[in-house]
Amino acid sequence: MPMTVTEKILARHTGKDEVCPGELVNVRCDVVLGNDITAPLAIAEFERTGAGRVFDKSRVLLVPDHFVPNKDIKSAEQAKILRDFARQQELTHRWDVGTMGVEHCLLPEQGLVGPGDLVIGADSHTCTYGGIGAFATGVGSTDLAAAMALGETWLKVPESIKFVFHGRLGPWTGGKDLILHTIGVIGVDGALYQAMEFTGEAIADLSVEGRLTMANMAVEAGAKNGIVAPDKKTRRWVEGRNQRPVTFLASDPDAVYARVYEFDVTDLEPQVAFPHLPSNVRPVAQAGEVLIDQAVIGSCTNGRIEDLRLAARVLAGHKAHRDVRLIVIPGTQAIYRQAMDEGLITVFLDAGAAVSTPTCGPCLGGHMGILARGERSVATTNRNFVGRMGHPQSEVYLANPAVAAASAVLGRLADPREVVQDAD
Amino acid sequence: MQIEGQAWCFGDNLDTDRIIPARYLNTSDPKELAAHCMEDADATFASRVAPGDVVVAGRNCGCGSSREHAPLALKAAGVGAVIAPSFARIFFRNSFNIGLPILECPEAAAGIQPGNKVRVDFERGLITDLTTGREYVAQPIPPFMGKIIECGGLINYVRERMGKASTNP
Ligand code: SF4
Repeated sequence: MPMTVTEKILARHTGKDEVCPGELVNVRCDVVLGNDITAPLAIAEFERTGAGRVFDKSRVLLVPDHFVPNKDIKSAEQAKILRDFARQQELTHRWDVGTMGVEHCLLPEQGLVGPGDLVIGADSHTCTYGGIGAFATGVGSTDLAAAMALGETWLKVPESIKFVFHGRLGPWTGGKDLILHTIGVIGVDGALYQAMEFTGEAIADLSVEGRLTMANMAVEAGAKNGIVAPDKKTRRWVEGRNQRPVTFLASDPDAVYARVYEFDVTDLEPQVAFPHLPSNVRPVAQAGEVLIDQAVIGSCTNGRIEDLRLAARVLAGHKAHRDVRLIVIPGTQAIYRQAMDEGLITVFLDAGAAVSTPTCGPCLGGHMGILARGERSVATTNRNFVGRMGHPQSEVYLANPAVAAASAVLGRLADPREVVQDAD
Repeated sequence: MQIEGQAWCFGDNLDTDRIIPARYLNTSDPKELAAHCMEDADATFASRVAPGDVVVAGRNCGCGSSREHAPLALKAAGVGAVIAPSFARIFFRNSFNIGLPILECPEAAAGIQPGNKVRVDFERGLITDLTTGREYVAQPIPPFMGKIIECGGLINYVRERMGKASTNP
Protein backbone atom coordinates (compact mmCIF):
# COMPACT_ATOMS: atom_id res chain seq x y z
CA MET A 1 0.00 0.00 0.00
CA PRO A 2 1.43 3.43 -0.87
CA MET A 3 2.10 5.61 2.16
CA THR A 4 2.94 9.21 3.00
CA VAL A 5 6.15 10.03 4.86
CA THR A 6 4.12 10.52 8.05
CA GLU A 7 2.50 7.09 7.72
CA LYS A 8 5.87 5.47 7.02
CA ILE A 9 7.45 6.91 10.16
CA LEU A 10 4.47 5.84 12.28
CA ALA A 11 4.52 2.33 10.77
CA ARG A 12 8.23 1.94 11.58
CA HIS A 13 7.56 2.86 15.19
CA THR A 14 4.72 0.38 15.62
CA GLY A 15 6.60 -2.56 14.19
CA LYS A 16 4.02 -2.91 11.42
CA ASP A 17 4.56 -2.83 7.69
CA GLU A 18 1.83 -0.32 7.13
CA VAL A 19 -0.64 1.91 8.93
CA CYS A 20 -3.79 3.64 7.67
CA PRO A 21 -5.23 7.02 8.59
CA GLY A 22 -7.72 6.71 11.44
CA GLU A 23 -6.00 3.68 12.94
CA LEU A 24 -5.04 3.92 16.62
CA VAL A 25 -1.47 2.78 17.15
CA ASN A 26 0.87 2.36 20.04
CA VAL A 27 4.19 3.85 18.98
CA ARG A 28 7.74 3.70 20.30
CA CYS A 29 9.15 7.17 20.97
CA ASP A 30 12.75 7.95 20.01
CA VAL A 31 12.83 10.87 22.42
CA VAL A 32 10.32 12.58 24.70
CA LEU A 33 10.48 16.23 25.70
CA GLY A 34 9.28 18.55 28.43
CA ASN A 35 10.03 22.08 29.62
CA ASP A 36 9.93 24.10 32.83
CA ILE A 37 6.17 24.67 32.52
CA THR A 38 5.03 21.20 31.50
CA ALA A 39 7.64 18.95 33.13
CA PRO A 40 6.77 19.73 36.79
CA LEU A 41 3.22 18.43 36.24
CA ALA A 42 4.58 15.48 34.25
CA ILE A 43 7.07 14.63 36.99
CA ALA A 44 4.28 14.55 39.61
CA GLU A 45 2.26 12.22 37.38
CA PHE A 46 5.34 10.13 36.61
CA GLU A 47 5.83 9.55 40.34
CA ARG A 48 2.24 8.25 40.47
CA THR A 49 2.98 5.61 37.82
CA GLY A 50 5.30 3.84 40.22
CA ALA A 51 7.85 3.40 37.43
CA GLY A 52 10.69 4.78 39.53
CA ARG A 53 13.11 5.26 36.64
CA VAL A 54 12.52 6.79 33.22
CA PHE A 55 12.48 4.34 30.31
CA ASP A 56 15.84 5.54 28.97
CA LYS A 57 17.87 8.33 30.53
CA SER A 58 19.36 9.40 27.20
CA ARG A 59 15.93 9.80 25.58
CA VAL A 60 14.15 11.95 28.11
CA LEU A 61 14.96 15.56 27.29
CA LEU A 62 13.93 18.25 29.77
CA VAL A 63 14.75 21.81 28.76
CA PRO A 64 14.20 24.73 31.13
CA ASP A 65 13.58 27.56 28.69
CA HIS A 66 10.24 29.30 29.23
CA PHE A 67 10.74 31.28 32.45
CA VAL A 68 14.49 30.70 32.65
CA PRO A 69 16.72 32.41 33.83
CA ASN A 70 14.19 32.14 36.67
CA LYS A 71 11.87 35.12 36.45
CA ASP A 72 10.36 34.98 39.95
CA ILE A 73 10.24 32.77 43.01
CA LYS A 74 7.34 30.62 41.85
CA SER A 75 8.88 29.88 38.46
CA ALA A 76 12.21 29.19 40.18
CA GLU A 77 10.43 26.54 42.25
CA GLN A 78 8.94 25.01 39.11
CA ALA A 79 12.28 24.94 37.29
CA LYS A 80 13.87 23.41 40.37
CA ILE A 81 11.47 20.45 40.16
CA LEU A 82 12.78 19.83 36.63
CA ARG A 83 16.41 20.32 37.67
CA ASP A 84 16.15 18.03 40.70
CA PHE A 85 14.43 15.33 38.67
CA ALA A 86 17.04 15.49 35.89
CA ARG A 87 19.80 15.13 38.47
CA GLN A 88 18.08 12.37 40.42
CA GLN A 89 17.29 10.37 37.27
CA GLU A 90 20.85 11.03 36.00
CA LEU A 91 19.55 12.15 32.63
CA THR A 92 22.29 12.05 30.01
CA HIS A 93 21.40 15.43 28.52
CA ARG A 94 21.01 18.31 30.89
CA TRP A 95 20.93 21.95 30.05
CA ASP A 96 20.60 25.07 32.07
CA VAL A 97 21.31 28.78 31.98
CA GLY A 98 24.46 29.23 29.92
CA THR A 99 24.04 26.02 27.93
CA MET A 100 20.34 25.88 27.17
CA GLY A 101 18.28 27.32 24.38
CA VAL A 102 14.69 27.45 23.25
CA GLU A 103 13.90 23.72 23.13
CA HIS A 104 12.90 23.54 19.47
CA CYS A 105 16.03 25.38 18.36
CA LEU A 106 18.22 23.38 20.71
CA LEU A 107 17.28 19.75 20.03
CA PRO A 108 17.74 19.75 16.23
CA GLU A 109 20.94 21.79 16.62
CA GLN A 110 22.36 19.23 19.03
CA GLY A 111 21.38 16.32 16.82
CA LEU A 112 19.03 14.86 19.41
CA VAL A 113 16.14 14.75 16.97
CA GLY A 114 16.61 13.78 13.35
CA PRO A 115 15.00 12.53 10.15
CA GLY A 116 12.75 9.50 10.62
CA ASP A 117 12.46 10.00 14.40
CA LEU A 118 9.22 9.83 16.32
CA VAL A 119 9.12 12.53 18.96
CA ILE A 120 6.45 13.57 21.42
CA GLY A 121 6.86 16.62 23.58
CA ALA A 122 4.81 18.37 26.22
CA ASP A 123 4.95 21.52 24.16
CA SER A 124 2.67 22.22 21.25
CA HIS A 125 5.52 23.37 18.99
CA THR A 126 7.21 19.98 19.17
CA CYS A 127 5.92 19.72 15.59
CA THR A 128 8.95 21.89 14.59
CA TYR A 129 11.10 18.78 14.03
CA GLY A 130 9.02 17.87 10.99
CA GLY A 131 11.20 20.46 9.24
CA ILE A 132 14.01 17.87 9.21
CA GLY A 133 11.74 14.94 8.41
CA ALA A 134 10.76 13.66 11.86
CA PHE A 135 7.25 12.84 12.99
CA ALA A 136 6.89 15.11 15.98
CA THR A 137 3.81 16.20 17.86
CA GLY A 138 2.77 17.97 21.02
CA VAL A 139 1.03 16.32 23.96
CA GLY A 140 0.21 17.31 27.51
CA SER A 141 2.01 16.62 30.78
CA THR A 142 0.18 13.39 31.64
CA ASP A 143 0.94 11.95 28.21
CA LEU A 144 4.57 12.94 28.75
CA ALA A 145 4.56 11.22 32.16
CA ALA A 146 3.24 8.01 30.60
CA ALA A 147 5.85 8.19 27.82
CA MET A 148 8.67 8.86 30.32
CA ALA A 149 7.67 5.61 32.01
CA LEU A 150 6.94 3.43 28.99
CA GLY A 151 8.89 4.94 26.09
CA GLU A 152 5.65 4.63 24.17
CA THR A 153 2.51 6.56 23.48
CA TRP A 154 -0.71 6.07 21.56
CA LEU A 155 -1.61 8.09 18.49
CA LYS A 156 -4.29 8.13 15.86
CA VAL A 157 -2.68 7.94 12.42
CA PRO A 158 -3.54 11.28 10.83
CA GLU A 159 -4.73 11.85 7.31
CA SER A 160 -2.24 13.93 5.35
CA ILE A 161 -2.82 17.15 3.46
CA LYS A 162 -0.30 18.00 0.76
CA PHE A 163 0.78 21.59 0.22
CA VAL A 164 2.70 22.13 -3.01
CA PHE A 165 4.59 25.41 -3.29
CA HIS A 166 5.56 26.26 -6.87
CA GLY A 167 7.82 29.07 -8.01
CA ARG A 168 10.62 31.01 -6.32
CA LEU A 169 10.49 33.10 -3.19
CA GLY A 170 11.65 36.71 -3.32
CA PRO A 171 14.57 38.00 -1.22
CA TRP A 172 12.39 39.15 1.70
CA THR A 173 10.03 36.19 1.93
CA GLY A 174 10.80 32.84 3.53
CA GLY A 175 9.35 29.93 5.47
CA LYS A 176 7.46 32.29 7.79
CA ASP A 177 5.62 33.91 4.90
CA LEU A 178 4.77 30.55 3.34
CA ILE A 179 3.27 29.21 6.53
CA LEU A 180 1.46 32.43 7.45
CA HIS A 181 -0.03 32.57 3.96
CA THR A 182 -1.06 28.91 4.21
CA ILE A 183 -2.73 29.36 7.60
CA GLY A 184 -4.43 32.46 6.20
CA VAL A 185 -5.94 30.29 3.47
CA ILE A 186 -6.93 27.20 5.46
CA GLY A 187 -7.66 28.79 8.87
CA VAL A 188 -6.62 27.95 12.43
CA ASP A 189 -8.47 24.63 12.32
CA GLY A 190 -7.87 23.99 8.63
CA ALA A 191 -5.72 20.93 9.32
CA LEU A 192 -7.28 19.78 12.60
CA TYR A 193 -5.91 16.33 13.61
CA GLN A 194 -4.16 16.07 10.22
CA ALA A 195 -0.60 16.01 8.92
CA MET A 196 0.59 18.95 6.82
CA GLU A 197 3.15 17.84 4.26
CA PHE A 198 5.07 20.63 2.54
CA THR A 199 6.56 20.03 -0.88
CA GLY A 200 7.33 21.66 -4.25
CA GLU A 201 10.23 23.66 -5.77
CA ALA A 202 9.94 26.47 -3.26
CA ILE A 203 10.39 23.97 -0.42
CA ALA A 204 13.33 22.31 -2.19
CA ASP A 205 14.91 25.80 -2.41
CA LEU A 206 14.08 26.66 1.17
CA SER A 207 16.79 26.39 3.83
CA VAL A 208 16.46 23.83 6.59
CA GLU A 209 15.88 26.73 9.01
CA GLY A 210 12.98 27.92 6.85
CA ARG A 211 11.48 24.43 6.87
CA LEU A 212 11.73 24.26 10.66
CA THR A 213 9.85 27.57 10.77
CA MET A 214 7.08 26.13 8.61
CA ALA A 215 6.68 22.88 10.53
CA ASN A 216 6.77 24.90 13.78
CA MET A 217 3.53 26.64 12.91
CA ALA A 218 1.65 23.56 11.67
CA VAL A 219 -0.06 23.45 15.08
CA GLU A 220 -1.38 26.95 14.39
CA ALA A 221 -3.58 25.32 11.73
CA GLY A 222 -4.63 22.64 14.22
CA ALA A 223 -2.37 20.01 12.65
CA LYS A 224 -0.99 17.02 14.47
CA ASN A 225 2.32 17.42 12.67
CA GLY A 226 3.98 19.30 9.83
CA ILE A 227 6.59 17.62 7.72
CA VAL A 228 9.06 18.12 4.88
CA ALA A 229 10.46 14.86 3.53
CA PRO A 230 14.23 15.00 4.12
CA ASP A 231 16.43 15.69 1.09
CA LYS A 232 20.09 16.44 0.31
CA LYS A 233 19.86 19.73 2.20
CA THR A 234 18.53 17.95 5.25
CA ARG A 235 21.30 15.38 4.99
CA ARG A 236 23.98 18.08 4.89
CA TRP A 237 22.38 19.87 7.83
CA VAL A 238 22.11 16.84 10.08
CA GLU A 239 25.46 15.29 9.17
CA GLY A 240 27.93 15.71 11.96
CA ARG A 241 25.13 16.61 14.39
CA ASN A 242 22.96 13.57 14.70
CA GLN A 243 23.66 11.54 17.81
CA ARG A 244 21.54 8.59 16.73
CA PRO A 245 21.08 6.90 13.34
CA VAL A 246 18.66 8.72 11.04
CA THR A 247 16.28 7.43 8.38
CA PHE A 248 15.45 9.26 5.19
CA LEU A 249 11.89 8.50 4.16
CA ALA A 250 9.75 10.02 1.42
CA SER A 251 6.09 9.80 0.47
CA ASP A 252 5.21 7.33 -2.26
CA PRO A 253 4.18 9.05 -5.50
CA ASP A 254 0.73 7.46 -5.29
CA ALA A 255 0.24 8.07 -1.56
CA VAL A 256 -3.29 9.15 -0.62
CA TYR A 257 -4.00 12.67 0.64
CA ALA A 258 -7.16 14.05 2.17
CA ARG A 259 -6.61 17.27 0.19
CA VAL A 260 -3.99 18.90 -2.00
CA TYR A 261 -3.36 22.65 -2.07
CA GLU A 262 -1.14 24.28 -4.69
CA PHE A 263 0.33 27.75 -4.37
CA ASP A 264 2.49 29.80 -6.70
CA VAL A 265 4.74 31.77 -4.38
CA THR A 266 6.75 33.79 -6.90
CA ASP A 267 4.88 37.00 -6.21
CA LEU A 268 4.18 36.29 -2.55
CA GLU A 269 4.74 39.45 -0.48
CA PRO A 270 6.00 39.44 3.11
CA GLN A 271 3.00 38.53 5.29
CA VAL A 272 1.75 39.76 8.65
CA ALA A 273 -0.79 38.06 10.94
CA PHE A 274 -2.91 40.70 12.67
CA PRO A 275 -4.39 40.22 16.15
CA HIS A 276 -5.72 37.92 17.46
CA LEU A 277 -5.35 34.86 15.28
CA PRO A 278 -2.42 33.51 13.23
CA SER A 279 -4.87 33.14 10.32
CA ASN A 280 -5.64 36.86 10.23
CA VAL A 281 -3.02 37.33 7.54
CA ARG A 282 -2.43 40.04 4.94
CA PRO A 283 0.60 41.29 2.98
CA VAL A 284 2.57 43.83 5.01
CA ALA A 285 2.19 46.26 2.10
CA GLN A 286 -1.53 46.34 2.94
CA ALA A 287 -1.06 46.76 6.68
CA GLY A 288 -1.83 50.48 6.72
CA GLU A 289 -0.37 52.72 9.42
CA VAL A 290 0.10 50.41 12.44
CA LEU A 291 2.39 52.05 15.00
CA ILE A 292 4.38 49.66 17.20
CA ASP A 293 5.98 49.92 20.64
CA GLN A 294 8.11 46.81 20.54
CA ALA A 295 9.76 44.43 18.09
CA VAL A 296 10.76 40.92 19.17
CA ILE A 297 13.11 38.84 17.04
CA GLY A 298 13.60 35.30 18.31
CA SER A 299 11.59 32.23 19.47
CA CYS A 300 11.37 28.65 18.25
CA THR A 301 9.84 29.98 15.05
CA ASN A 302 12.50 32.50 14.01
CA GLY A 303 15.37 32.49 16.50
CA ARG A 304 17.89 30.67 14.32
CA ILE A 305 21.06 32.03 12.78
CA GLU A 306 19.52 32.60 9.35
CA ASP A 307 16.78 34.67 11.01
CA LEU A 308 19.32 36.81 12.84
CA ARG A 309 21.30 37.31 9.61
CA LEU A 310 18.16 38.48 7.85
CA ALA A 311 17.30 40.91 10.64
CA ALA A 312 20.88 42.22 10.69
CA ARG A 313 20.78 42.82 6.93
CA VAL A 314 17.85 45.15 7.43
CA LEU A 315 19.17 46.78 10.60
CA ALA A 316 22.76 47.39 9.37
CA GLY A 317 23.40 51.13 9.38
CA HIS A 318 20.00 51.89 10.90
CA LYS A 319 18.70 52.59 14.37
CA ALA A 320 15.51 51.33 15.91
CA HIS A 321 12.88 54.07 16.06
CA ARG A 322 13.14 56.00 19.33
CA ASP A 323 9.66 54.86 20.38
CA VAL A 324 10.35 51.18 19.73
CA ARG A 325 11.96 48.67 22.10
CA LEU A 326 13.87 46.23 19.93
CA ILE A 327 14.56 42.88 21.60
CA VAL A 328 16.68 40.21 19.92
CA ILE A 329 16.78 36.73 21.45
CA PRO A 330 19.10 34.17 19.81
CA GLY A 331 17.51 30.70 20.05
CA THR A 332 20.50 28.93 21.63
CA GLN A 333 23.94 29.66 23.06
CA ALA A 334 25.54 28.33 19.86
CA ILE A 335 23.40 30.66 17.76
CA TYR A 336 24.31 33.53 20.10
CA ARG A 337 28.01 32.78 19.69
CA GLN A 338 27.77 32.42 15.94
CA ALA A 339 25.89 35.71 15.71
CA MET A 340 28.68 37.29 17.72
CA ASP A 341 31.39 35.75 15.52
CA GLU A 342 29.60 37.00 12.41
CA GLY A 343 29.33 40.52 13.81
CA LEU A 344 25.52 40.40 13.97
CA ILE A 345 25.40 41.24 17.67
CA THR A 346 27.32 44.45 16.96
CA VAL A 347 24.77 45.35 14.30
CA PHE A 348 21.96 44.79 16.82
CA LEU A 349 23.67 46.81 19.54
CA ASP A 350 24.44 49.62 17.08
CA ALA A 351 20.75 49.62 16.15
CA GLY A 352 19.86 50.10 19.81
CA ALA A 353 18.60 46.57 20.45
CA ALA A 354 18.56 44.69 23.72
CA VAL A 355 20.16 41.30 23.03
CA SER A 356 18.99 38.66 25.49
CA THR A 357 20.29 35.30 26.59
CA PRO A 358 18.23 32.50 24.97
CA THR A 359 14.77 32.16 26.52
CA CYS A 360 11.14 31.95 25.44
CA GLY A 361 10.67 35.17 27.35
CA PRO A 362 8.12 37.51 25.79
CA CYS A 363 6.88 34.95 23.22
CA LEU A 364 4.37 33.62 25.75
CA GLY A 365 4.18 36.76 27.84
CA GLY A 366 6.56 35.29 30.41
CA HIS A 367 9.21 37.94 30.95
CA MET A 368 11.80 40.01 29.05
CA GLY A 369 9.37 42.26 27.20
CA ILE A 370 5.79 42.22 28.48
CA LEU A 371 3.32 44.62 26.86
CA ALA A 372 1.22 47.19 28.73
CA ARG A 373 -2.43 47.89 27.99
CA GLY A 374 -2.84 49.20 24.47
CA GLU A 375 0.74 48.47 23.38
CA ARG A 376 1.59 46.72 20.13
CA SER A 377 4.47 44.46 19.24
CA VAL A 378 5.61 43.06 15.95
CA ALA A 379 7.14 39.65 16.65
CA THR A 380 8.74 36.77 14.79
CA THR A 381 6.93 34.39 17.14
CA ASN A 382 3.99 32.13 16.32
CA ARG A 383 0.92 33.19 18.34
CA ASN A 384 -0.94 36.47 18.57
CA PHE A 385 -3.80 35.36 20.81
CA VAL A 386 -5.41 37.80 23.25
CA GLY A 387 -2.91 38.56 26.01
CA ARG A 388 -0.20 36.34 24.56
CA MET A 389 2.59 38.87 25.17
CA GLY A 390 1.14 40.70 28.14
CA HIS A 391 -1.93 42.77 28.87
CA PRO A 392 -5.16 41.34 27.41
CA GLN A 393 -5.58 44.63 25.58
CA SER A 394 -2.14 44.54 23.97
CA GLU A 395 -1.59 43.34 20.41
CA VAL A 396 0.89 41.08 18.64
CA TYR A 397 1.59 41.13 14.90
CA LEU A 398 3.39 38.06 13.56
CA ALA A 399 5.93 38.47 10.77
CA ASN A 400 9.30 37.33 9.44
CA PRO A 401 12.57 38.72 10.89
CA ALA A 402 13.12 41.19 8.03
CA VAL A 403 9.65 42.69 8.52
CA ALA A 404 10.17 42.87 12.28
CA ALA A 405 13.51 44.63 11.79
CA ALA A 406 12.13 47.09 9.23
CA SER A 407 9.16 47.80 11.50
CA ALA A 408 11.54 48.46 14.41
CA VAL A 409 13.39 51.04 12.30
CA LEU A 410 10.30 52.85 11.06
CA GLY A 411 8.21 52.54 14.21
CA ARG A 412 5.28 51.04 12.30
CA LEU A 413 4.58 47.81 10.43
CA ALA A 414 6.87 48.08 7.42
CA ASP A 415 8.07 46.20 4.38
CA PRO A 416 11.84 45.53 4.44
CA ARG A 417 12.10 47.27 1.04
CA GLU A 418 11.16 50.55 2.72
CA VAL A 419 14.40 50.34 4.69
CA VAL A 420 16.79 48.45 2.40
CA GLN A 421 16.75 49.40 -1.27
CA ASP A 422 19.37 47.05 -2.74
CA ALA A 423 17.74 43.62 -2.43
CA ASP A 424 19.37 41.12 -4.77
CA MET B 1 -22.91 10.09 36.01
CA GLN B 2 -24.81 13.28 35.54
CA ILE B 3 -24.10 16.94 36.12
CA GLU B 4 -26.29 19.99 36.06
CA GLY B 5 -25.32 23.63 35.90
CA GLN B 6 -25.43 26.94 34.15
CA ALA B 7 -24.00 27.44 30.65
CA TRP B 8 -21.07 29.79 30.02
CA CYS B 9 -20.71 30.46 26.32
CA PHE B 10 -17.54 31.36 24.45
CA GLY B 11 -16.82 31.68 20.75
CA ASP B 12 -14.69 29.81 18.22
CA ASN B 13 -10.98 29.14 18.80
CA LEU B 14 -11.07 29.49 22.58
CA ASP B 15 -7.29 29.20 23.07
CA THR B 16 -5.48 27.89 26.12
CA ASP B 17 -3.88 31.33 26.68
CA ARG B 18 -7.38 32.60 27.40
CA ILE B 19 -8.36 29.59 29.50
CA ILE B 20 -5.27 30.17 31.66
CA PRO B 21 -2.85 32.97 30.71
CA ALA B 22 0.86 32.08 30.70
CA ARG B 23 1.55 34.68 33.37
CA TYR B 24 -0.01 32.26 35.87
CA LEU B 25 1.93 29.22 34.69
CA ASN B 26 4.61 29.74 37.30
CA THR B 27 2.53 27.35 39.40
CA SER B 28 0.78 24.06 38.77
CA ASP B 29 -1.45 24.24 41.83
CA PRO B 30 -4.99 23.62 40.51
CA LYS B 31 -6.57 26.00 43.07
CA GLU B 32 -4.35 28.91 42.05
CA LEU B 33 -4.94 28.14 38.38
CA ALA B 34 -8.70 28.03 38.96
CA ALA B 35 -8.61 31.52 40.47
CA HIS B 36 -7.42 32.90 37.11
CA CYS B 37 -9.36 30.59 34.82
CA MET B 38 -10.74 32.41 31.73
CA GLU B 39 -9.48 35.71 33.10
CA ASP B 40 -8.73 37.24 29.69
CA ALA B 41 -12.01 36.02 28.17
CA ASP B 42 -14.33 36.94 31.07
CA ALA B 43 -12.71 38.44 34.16
CA THR B 44 -15.74 37.57 36.31
CA PHE B 45 -15.80 33.88 35.39
CA ALA B 46 -13.58 32.52 38.15
CA SER B 47 -15.56 34.23 40.92
CA ARG B 48 -19.01 33.39 39.53
CA VAL B 49 -18.64 29.87 38.14
CA ALA B 50 -20.37 27.20 40.26
CA PRO B 51 -19.65 23.48 40.55
CA GLY B 52 -21.29 21.60 37.70
CA ASP B 53 -21.46 24.57 35.38
CA VAL B 54 -20.90 23.86 31.72
CA VAL B 55 -18.60 25.67 29.30
CA VAL B 56 -20.08 25.84 25.83
CA ALA B 57 -17.49 26.86 23.25
CA GLY B 58 -17.19 27.19 19.48
CA ARG B 59 -15.02 25.37 16.96
CA ASN B 60 -11.43 24.35 17.71
CA CYS B 61 -11.88 24.67 21.46
CA GLY B 62 -8.62 24.55 23.44
CA CYS B 63 -6.32 25.46 20.56
CA GLY B 64 -2.80 26.73 21.13
CA SER B 65 -0.37 25.74 23.82
CA SER B 66 -0.16 22.17 25.13
CA ARG B 67 -0.52 23.34 28.74
CA GLU B 68 -2.44 20.76 30.76
CA HIS B 69 -2.95 23.65 33.17
CA ALA B 70 -5.91 24.66 30.95
CA PRO B 71 -8.17 21.63 31.54
CA LEU B 72 -6.84 21.47 35.13
CA ALA B 73 -7.91 25.08 35.73
CA LEU B 74 -11.39 24.42 34.32
CA LYS B 75 -11.79 21.28 36.38
CA ALA B 76 -10.57 22.93 39.57
CA ALA B 77 -12.90 25.88 38.93
CA GLY B 78 -15.75 23.39 39.12
CA VAL B 79 -16.60 23.13 35.44
CA GLY B 80 -18.51 19.89 35.01
CA ALA B 81 -18.23 19.54 31.24
CA VAL B 82 -17.07 21.36 28.13
CA ILE B 83 -19.25 21.17 25.03
CA ALA B 84 -17.99 22.27 21.60
CA PRO B 85 -18.44 21.38 17.94
CA SER B 86 -14.73 20.46 17.73
CA PHE B 87 -11.68 20.42 19.99
CA ALA B 88 -8.00 21.03 19.32
CA ARG B 89 -6.22 17.70 19.59
CA ILE B 90 -3.87 18.29 22.51
CA PHE B 91 -6.65 19.79 24.64
CA PHE B 92 -8.81 16.77 23.78
CA ARG B 93 -6.13 14.31 24.95
CA ASN B 94 -5.31 16.34 28.04
CA SER B 95 -8.93 16.58 29.13
CA PHE B 96 -9.34 12.82 28.98
CA ASN B 97 -6.05 12.25 30.74
CA ILE B 98 -6.96 14.46 33.69
CA GLY B 99 -10.66 13.57 33.81
CA LEU B 100 -12.36 16.73 32.53
CA PRO B 101 -15.42 15.53 30.60
CA ILE B 102 -15.63 17.04 27.12
CA LEU B 103 -18.34 16.46 24.56
CA GLU B 104 -18.33 17.05 20.83
CA CYS B 105 -21.75 18.27 19.78
CA PRO B 106 -22.17 21.02 17.15
CA GLU B 107 -25.96 21.26 17.66
CA ALA B 108 -25.72 21.77 21.43
CA ALA B 109 -22.86 24.25 21.03
CA ALA B 110 -25.00 26.27 18.62
CA GLY B 111 -28.27 25.95 20.52
CA ILE B 112 -27.39 26.55 24.16
CA GLN B 113 -27.56 30.20 25.24
CA PRO B 114 -25.50 31.79 28.04
CA GLY B 115 -27.09 31.27 31.45
CA ASN B 116 -29.32 28.39 30.36
CA LYS B 117 -29.60 25.45 32.74
CA VAL B 118 -27.98 22.38 31.23
CA ARG B 119 -27.90 18.74 32.27
CA VAL B 120 -25.35 16.27 30.90
CA ASP B 121 -25.79 12.52 31.17
CA PHE B 122 -22.36 11.11 30.33
CA GLU B 123 -23.31 7.44 29.97
CA ARG B 124 -25.87 8.26 27.32
CA GLY B 125 -23.98 11.22 25.84
CA LEU B 126 -27.19 13.16 26.34
CA ILE B 127 -27.18 16.93 26.76
CA THR B 128 -30.44 18.54 27.90
CA ASP B 129 -31.03 22.27 27.80
CA LEU B 130 -33.43 22.50 30.75
CA THR B 131 -34.27 26.11 29.92
CA THR B 132 -35.60 25.32 26.44
CA GLY B 133 -36.31 21.63 26.91
CA ARG B 134 -34.20 20.72 23.89
CA GLU B 135 -32.12 17.54 23.89
CA TYR B 136 -28.89 16.84 22.05
CA VAL B 137 -26.84 13.70 21.54
CA ALA B 138 -23.04 14.10 21.67
CA GLN B 139 -20.49 12.18 19.60
CA PRO B 140 -19.67 8.87 21.28
CA ILE B 141 -16.31 8.73 23.07
CA PRO B 142 -13.69 6.88 20.97
CA PRO B 143 -13.43 3.31 22.32
CA PHE B 144 -9.72 3.50 23.14
CA MET B 145 -10.26 6.62 25.21
CA GLY B 146 -13.14 4.84 26.89
CA LYS B 147 -10.62 2.21 27.97
CA ILE B 148 -8.42 4.89 29.53
CA ILE B 149 -11.43 6.26 31.40
CA GLU B 150 -12.34 2.75 32.56
CA CYS B 151 -8.86 2.36 34.03
CA GLY B 152 -9.41 5.62 35.89
CA GLY B 153 -7.20 7.81 33.71
CA LEU B 154 -3.99 7.44 31.77
CA ILE B 155 -1.72 7.08 34.80
CA ASN B 156 -3.70 4.11 36.10
CA TYR B 157 -3.61 2.65 32.62
CA VAL B 158 0.19 2.97 32.72
CA ARG B 159 0.32 1.41 36.19
CA GLU B 160 -1.58 -1.53 34.84
CA ARG B 161 0.84 -1.81 31.93
CA MET B 162 3.85 -1.51 34.26
CA GLY B 163 2.43 -4.20 36.52
CA LYS B 164 2.23 -6.55 33.58
CA ALA B 165 5.74 -5.67 32.53
CA SER B 166 7.18 -6.41 35.98
CA THR B 167 5.74 -9.94 36.06
CA ASN B 168 7.68 -10.65 32.89
CA PRO B 169 11.17 -9.25 33.48
S1 SF4 C 1 9.57 30.25 21.92
FE1 SF4 C 1 7.40 30.61 22.32
S2 SF4 C 1 6.29 29.13 21.11
FE2 SF4 C 1 8.43 28.49 21.19
S3 SF4 C 1 8.55 27.01 22.87
FE3 SF4 C 1 9.02 29.03 23.70
S4 SF4 C 1 7.07 29.89 24.39
FE4 SF4 C 1 6.61 28.16 23.08
